[in-house]
Order: sequence, then C-alpha cells, then structure tokens
Amino acid sequence: MSELLAPAGTSSRASDTHAPAAQPSRGALLRSRLARGLRTARPDLALLGLGLFFGFWYYAVEVWQLPRFRELPGPTSVFREWCSENPSYGLSIYTAEYYRHIGVSLVRVAKAFALATGLGVPVGLAFGWWRGFREYLFPLFELLRPIPILAWVPLAIVMFATSESSVLFLTFLASFFATALNSMLGVEAIDRVYVRAAQCLGASRWQVFRHVIVPGALPFIFTGLQISVGVAWFSLVAAEMVSGQFGLGYVINTSYTTVQYPTIIIGMFTLGAVGYASSAFVRWVGQVLMRWRARELALDGGA
Amino acid sequence: MTRVSEQTAPITPPARSRRGALRIDEVSKIYDPDGAAVSAVDRCSLRVEAGEICMIVGPSGCGKTTLLQAIAGFHPISSGTITLDDEVLCSTDKPLAKPGSDRVVVFQNGALFPWKTNLENVAFGPLVQGTLTKRAALEKARGMMAGAGLTEVEHNYPSEVSSGTRRRVEIVRALMNDPKVLLMDEPYRALDALTRRVMHGALLELYYRQPVTMFFITHDLEEAVYLGHKIIVMTTRPCRPKQTIPVTLEHPRTPEVVTSARFLALLRETRAAVDEEALKAFQDGEKEG
Repeated sequence: MSELLAPAGTSSRASDTHAPAAQPSRGALLRSRLARGLRTARPDLALLGLGLFFGFWYYAVEVWQLPRFRELPGPTSVFREWCSENPSYGLSIYTAEYYRHIGVSLVRVAKAFALATGLGVPVGLAFGWWRGFREYLFPLFELLRPIPILAWVPLAIVMFATSESSVLFLTFLASFFATALNSMLGVEAIDRVYVRAAQCLGASRWQVFRHVIVPGALPFIFTGLQISVGVAWFSLVAAEMVSGQFGLGYVINTSYTTVQYPTIIIGMFTLGAVGYASSAFVRWVGQVLMRWRARELALDGGA
Repeated sequence: MTRVSEQTAPITPPARSRRGALRIDEVSKIYDPDGAAVSAVDRCSLRVEAGEICMIVGPSGCGKTTLLQAIAGFHPISSGTITLDDEVLCSTDKPLAKPGSDRVVVFQNGALFPWKTNLENVAFGPLVQGTLTKRAALEKARGMMAGAGLTEVEHNYPSEVSSGTRRRVEIVRALMNDPKVLLMDEPYRALDALTRRVMHGALLELYYRQPVTMFFITHDLEEAVYLGHKIIVMTTRPCRPKQTIPVTLEHPRTPEVVTSARFLALLRETRAAVDEEALKAFQDGEKEG
C-alpha cells in the first residue's frame, strides 16, 4: 500500500522519515506485499462461503426436497427467471420494469439519506458540543429513538398527504437517529487536548468547532452514515410494503400476494446488491475525506 | 520572517528577549472534588525572566502542571496573581485566564491535529487569528519548517512521521505565533533517551534563533541542567518553590558539556533537592513516579 508498510509489516512508526532505512530489494518488497495482501484479503474463503450457501440452498430445495424447503423456489429457477429475456412473472434483467423499481427505491433512499445526513450530522454535533441544546432536546431524542419504524407507519400515513412523502419520512427517520447519535458520540470521543491546543493557538469557539470538532468527529460520523444507509434500506422496504407503487419493497410484497415466489428472491438479492453497493460508496467517500486516518489505521494494523 | 532568513547564520549565544517576563505571586489552588479540599498549590511565588529557559522539577503530582494550566487558561486559580509582562493574566478577582497565542502549550503527549498535514498544523495559529493571509501563513510556515529541517515532512500527516519529528513540528507550530512564553508540559517524556537528546539539540537551535521564554516542566534532571538557565525545584504537595538553582553553564550548550565537572555538580545539587522532596512525597503516602 505504501512505502511505510513495505518491510514485512515492521512498524515504521519509530523510524524517522528523515533517514529512511536501507531500501529492501525489489523482489523482497513485492513478496512481502503479496503476502500481506493475501493475509488480509482471502478471496478463496469468500468464494467458499458463498459456495456453501448456494450449494445448501440448491440441495435442500431442488435435490433433497427437505420438508420445509420444498415450497421455496430453488436457485436454478430463480436465476433462470432473473436472466430470462421473457420472464414468466414479468421481472428480469431484460425488463425495463426491473430497473424502474431499482431506480425508484434508489432515489427514495438517496433523498431520505441526504435529508438524514443534512439534519442528523448538525444535530449530533450540536448535541456533543452545545450543552444547552443537548439538555433541552436529548431526552426527547432518546424517547423517540427506540420507537421501531413499523410503529410509525400509521402516523406517517395519516400525517402525509401522499404515500410518497410518508415513505420518505419513514426511510429518513431511522437514518436520522443513527447519524445524529454517532455524530454526538464522535464529538465526545475527541481528545480534549486538541481543543486546548486550538485555543492556545488563538482559535475562537467557532474555529475550534470547525477545525477540531468537525474533523475530529468525522470517523464516528462515517460509522454512523454506514449504519444509516443500511437502516435506510431496511426502513424503505418496510415503508414500501405498506404504501407505494414502485420499488423493491413493493415488488417483494406484491410478489408474495400474487404467489410469484422467484420474483421475491430476485427482489431480495437485488436489495442486497444495491444495499452493499451504497454502503461501499459511503465507506469510499469516508476514506477519501479521511486520508489522514488511512495511514494511521494501516500502521496500527501493521505493527 | 526575518528570523527565518537568519537560518544560515552561525549559532551564537542568544540575545535575551525583552518580552515574556512571567510573574507568579502568591498563587494558590485548592481542588474541592467531593467536599475534601485538596491544596495543590499553596502561596506559590516565582519569577521567570524574559527570554529565560526556566526548568520546573519536583515530585509527580505536586502541582506543577496545575500551575502551567493556570497560566495557559485551562483551569482557574483559587487566589493570587499571574502576570505576563505588564498584563495580569489571572488574579483572585478574575481566576481564569483567557487562553491565547502569547502563551502556547506544548503538550505531554503531543497535540498536532491528526487531520491536518504538518504544514497546515504549523500555519494554523496565524490563520485562525487572522494575522496573516492563507498564502502568507503557508509561506511563513514553510520557512519556519525549513529552518528546523522539516521541509521533507511538510505534506505528511502527523501519524506518518516519528514521534520525535512530531514534537519538533509542534514546537515550530508554537513558535509560529511568536509567543511571549512557551509552556512546555514535559514534552519529551514519552521519547526514548536517544531521541530526547536529539530533541534537546533541536530545541536549543530553535531557541538561539528565537529566544523565547520557556516555562518547562520536566522529570528528567539531566534535561533540566542541560537546557535551563535556572532550575526551580518544587516541594511536594502543596506545590511551592523549594530551591532555585542557577545553571552556571555557558550558552550555546554543546553535548560535550554533560561530562563537565560543573554540569555534574549542578546535576548532583538538583538531584539532592528533588530526592528530598520525592522521599517526603513517598512518606506522605503519595505515589511517586
């Protein structure tokens, strides 16, 4: 990954960058990097895990036909349907409908996630940094936070004129709580010595907030955002099952009522894939914004 | 900026600065955590002359850091007066000083912002104070870092360089503000002995270029004799000066001085004074470390 990590995981922390140690030979460097790469990422194990899962599914449903599994669609029928140009239940990678459902769900999650981030991060930072605000509103926050999303459904339907806005509200809610709570914890986790150092250097309270509190809380904020994007998908599906006319949650729910079992599984796997991708995207943004941390973490791991 | 251009000049004994005279008068600090009042500092009076490196030594937990934090403005005093040049920092009426860039602290475990590069850290002070434009601040920071031999690590994050380098960057960050006094809270405690010696040389080099007053807390008596103009030995809790030892060694100091008879005599004198207090602290059931 970097020069600092090169010599087979020895800690570079102690060696001064002014006087780099003797350069290891190119071959040794490559070998140690390869070994390191294999140690940390094991694609073979990941494949084995996936293989076991799909193998069990296949055998349980299609070969052995185990008692409770007999009713389920097997992997071959699901994948045949998924990749069929002319799907029997109307949904496959060749139909425009499929992408429309994905698109609608993605847009909803993106809107709700943006709203939850835009509101949750400032509220969380204010909870952590502004004692008066926290004492005023944190008890209310803690009272509302444990209420499950499904419990909000009736109220959301009553409160909002369109089903679209009630879906958005439900999706937003859980994300907001996760983001705000983690942002607050992020502020609390900052070593006060940085605040003092900034004060010594002449920073005003606002400058301390901007230059110390916000960047210092960023690692926790991004942990929160990763949780938040996950719960956004979770609550979106719950909301779409209740109301809404498009989206992956809607697909799963209507396929159930119309007994189109392979389509349920298609919806589920599609959700898994988009959910995974959105969480990876958030993680990537976090890494770009916190490059200062990449080395720190890598060095801690390499020591 | 003028100081930076002097970097190639040969090291000369410092012309004493005329600013940064620190006066501590009858300062007391009583902690009252849960009803049981503990006197950390008791009617402590001491002077640090302008441009002087004043080493503060004493048993652990004796209240040295309390004093430093009162000067910095992190904690209020209970009574007394602390004056820097003609400005009263804090007094019985106004017990908490306002932190400011005329008194920059160099922290025990380092406090460079991990999310800023070394250069951004160094430029931070003038930028937030608004005394320099961004461009001018970065330029001055580059000059200061070059003067300290830190050009190579300008664009590194603090986590990417050694702990010794981090300490040097932090001191340059403090000096960037042209402070009246540097408050050194055992800055080299966590370093190994060899790195520490390198740090001493680097610090003196910076000092000879910019002779700033230092209020320097340490447990390392050799460090105290090697760096200081004078050493103030503190009593065990409550903290007050027990003895002031003038360090009668020529500046600039060179590593050879540590084997000289006078250095060893000063070291012996300091040790005798500190040991007496440490023993008392131990007998009082205080933890000595």
